[in-house]
Amino acid sequence: MQQVANNHEHGHAHDHEHGHEEHEQLKVLGFWIFLVTDCILFGSLFATYAVLMHSYAGGPTGKELFELPGVIASTFILLTSSFTSGLAILAMNKGKVKELIGWLVVTALLGLSFIGLEISEFTHLVHEGATISTSAFWSAFFTLVGTHGVHVSVGLFWMVAIMLQLRRRGLTPVTRRKVTTLSLYWHFLDVVWIFLFTVVYLMGVM
Amino acid sequence: MWESLKEFCSWFFVTGDPLIYGAMVSIALTMVAIVFVLTKYKKWGWLWREWLTTVDHKRIGIMYLIASLLMLFRGGVDALMMRVQLAFPNLEFLHSDHYNAIFTTHGTIMILFMAMPMMFGLFNMVVPLQLGARDVAYPFLNAVSFWLFMFGAMLFNLSFVIGGSPDAGWLSYPPLSQNDFSPGPGQNFWIWGIQISGIGSLATGINFIVTILKMRAPGMKLMKMPMFSWSVFSSCTMIILAFPILTVTIALLYLDRFAGAHFFTMDGGGNPMMYLNLIWMWGHPEVYIVVVPAFGIFSEVVATFAKKKLFGYTSMVAAVMGIAILSFFTWAHHFFTMGTSANVIAFFAITTMLIAIPTGVKIFNWLFTMYRGKISFKQPMMWTIAFIPCFVVGGATGVMLSVAPADYQYHNSYFLIAHFHQVLIGGVVFGYLAGIYYWWPKLFGFKLDEKLGAWGFWLWNIGFYVCFMPQYALGFMGMTRRYYTYGWDLGWEPLNLVSTVGAFLMGAGFVFQVWQITYSIKHGERDTTGDPWNGRTLEWSIPSPAPFYNFAVVPQVKDMDDFWRVKEEKANGTYKEEPVHLEPIHMPKNSGLPFIMSVCWFIAGFGFVWEWTWMAIIGMVGVALVMWARSFQYDTDYYVPVDEVRRTEASLGRVY
Repeated sequence: MQQVANNHEHGHAHDHEHGHEEHEQLKVLGFWIFLVTDCILFGSLFATYAVLMHSYAGGPTGKELFELPGVIASTFILLTSSFTSGLAILAMNKGKVKELIGWLVVTALLGLSFIGLEISEFTHLVHEGATISTSAFWSAFFTLVGTHGVHVSVGLFWMVAIMLQLRRRGLTPVTRRKVTTLSLYWHFLDVVWIFLFTVVYLMGVM
Repeated sequence: MWESLKEFCSWFFVTGDPLIYGAMVSIALTMVAIVFVLTKYKKWGWLWREWLTTVDHKRIGIMYLIASLLMLFRGGVDALMMRVQLAFPNLEFLHSDHYNAIFTTHGTIMILFMAMPMMFGLFNMVVPLQLGARDVAYPFLNAVSFWLFMFGAMLFNLSFVIGGSPDAGWLSYPPLSQNDFSPGPGQNFWIWGIQISGIGSLATGINFIVTILKMRAPGMKLMKMPMFSWSVFSSCTMIILAFPILTVTIALLYLDRFAGAHFFTMDGGGNPMMYLNLIWMWGHPEVYIVVVPAFGIFSEVVATFAKKKLFGYTSMVAAVMGIAILSFFTWAHHFFTMGTSANVIAFFAITTMLIAIPTGVKIFNWLFTMYRGKISFKQPMMWTIAFIPCFVVGGATGVMLSVAPADYQYHNSYFLIAHFHQVLIGGVVFGYLAGIYYWWPKLFGFKLDEKLGAWGFWLWNIGFYVCFMPQYALGFMGMTRRYYTYGWDLGWEPLNLVSTVGAFLMGAGFVFQVWQITYSIKHGERDTTGDPWNGRTLEWSIPSPAPFYNFAVVPQVKDMDDFWRVKEEKANGTYKEEPVHLEPIHMPKNSGLPFIMSVCWFIAGFGFVWEWTWMAIIGMVGVALVMWARSFQYDTDYYVPVDEVRRTEASLGRVY
């Protein structure tokens, strides 16, 4: 009897674990759908920018004020951070928590320097006399680029939380799912930036 | 000190109108009464444990329902005040500013704070039960959605007594909604009330899509899923694609107002017409978001009360999903008069006409389902039957409006007002009422009284036609929407008076419904079987009210209308009893975080409304802290032991 009861217990423990993992998969699907909504959000901002991209209202143009070297640097920094977050996933798949946290730290530092560069770019623009209220073009520019920047900052905040949880709990189905969704988010922001770099900066200076 | 306090109150509160002073006093008295009752009967703990922290989809559904009925009351009172003002020429019941505020809040409340929550209430009350699931995919997120809606709605309604109501129309078109023409916090209340509840709506969309895709009982293939769940899927698809556009649009409007940006301004290169395009890219799908679930309800009700399988199930699925796609290609028909090229106008005119096709398909499907059925005229069926002619007329006038050259005549006239009220009341409100009557016993365990319901039904229906048919004619006679008064010389007074009488008949219908609910709590027919209507789908296979875990045993689905199949097989003796094996049930734990987070959003929203940056920062920091806390929470679920399941089921009369 004892044996049977034990088996029973064991069976349940297994079921519970299974139930959890299934539920974690569910959350990944939900996150994909969230990214769809975020896509539409950026799509709307891009459309707005496209409508207003020549509405300078006599103010400075993008061509006059954009400084490409800084933007190219931040582009490479963000692309590299996407690569390192991929390395973090590889480390997770090998089950190496320390390596995983290490790559996340590198990713976060790269993200932080991206944000730093963006802040200095914005400060520079404001000094040159281009603020959100200068013209419709600058309104659209600051809103589109700024929304991306806010997304990256939220990602950093989230990344710190997940690093702490990984240190405390190691790799469980829950922490694995969290790292997976975080890296989806990070790659997504990278893709958005590629469009942003092309549409705003490259087309802006051409 | 006293002087500065008086000075603060003079602009913080709305002053100078006796109607509003009356409202302030009644709000204060209601609050005192609620606090008193909760304290006297020591119900604070109960309120917190059982309701404010719940993640149970049925309870969240009930809270949505209560909130939406309150909003229906407020929006309805707004409507009646407008109709009183317009009953006779040159009346001075409301002055023009007050009238502007009232038609603005009437529209916003009825769509965003009445129809949306009533719809989410029905989603929550029904979808998991219909799918054979124990909850939605993300119960915690579901609670977040509800509380965001609730605090968004409170923020919006606060504008009535604090700061001043928005008064630039229900969609706040610039340049009227810009700082130059609408100074003060009114427009900001509009923006932030909608923004906060909109985030909740978006989350609900994601939640129900995943629930429908992943939480169906084993064996329920998508093409065996009940029609209501299909309509929810269609609606949620539109939500996730449309609501981000709304979020962006009103955020940009706020940047114009708060930071001096130039998106929609008249100067600085801004483009007000871009706002119209953006808002209707959300706004047109939005009307389908609310009406498609009503179509789902009619499909369930018709099949149940005609005791026949739904006619043309596959074409119905194609129709609701087709509408989800087409709805994104019609937005410009709201402003044919904007002056775009003929080709653009032709495109949008044709897509608008096209959308009548799937709708027509559905009407025929319902009619053929009824054909040769044994119809029982219970309340849900009555509303469904009333819906069909009403919606056909509303749809036909919609096709008239889609003819662009003619639209130059109808545009913004009372013809348009009559059209959209006919589809929104005849479609959405009748549909949701049918749904509420239909599923009420499942949620509460008793039916709503038939006789009082019949009074409500006939008053609503007669009132509807009396109210809105004259408005079609008034539109042709040149009466434009948003007039706060008119002269004797125009010849509009007889039809306006008739219309006002109709509005009051509908109001009386609502009063009967409130009476019906309060009466039925004590005297309503109890539902002891769990299947009061001889239903067809899974929700009727469990006891009423449903236990908190919904299904003691997850059902194995073999067919569409699976519960009907089981009943038929039992009747002709071919049913094979499967051995039941109860197992511990995995359930989410309650949490206070959704409520606390929404309070933080409310604080932030209030700060944004008054442009008090410090307060907005405090609120947003609170939101971030709650999210951080939630991320570190790992103990979020538990198991209901078999014994407890067995005991609960036994108390509901089911023995395992």
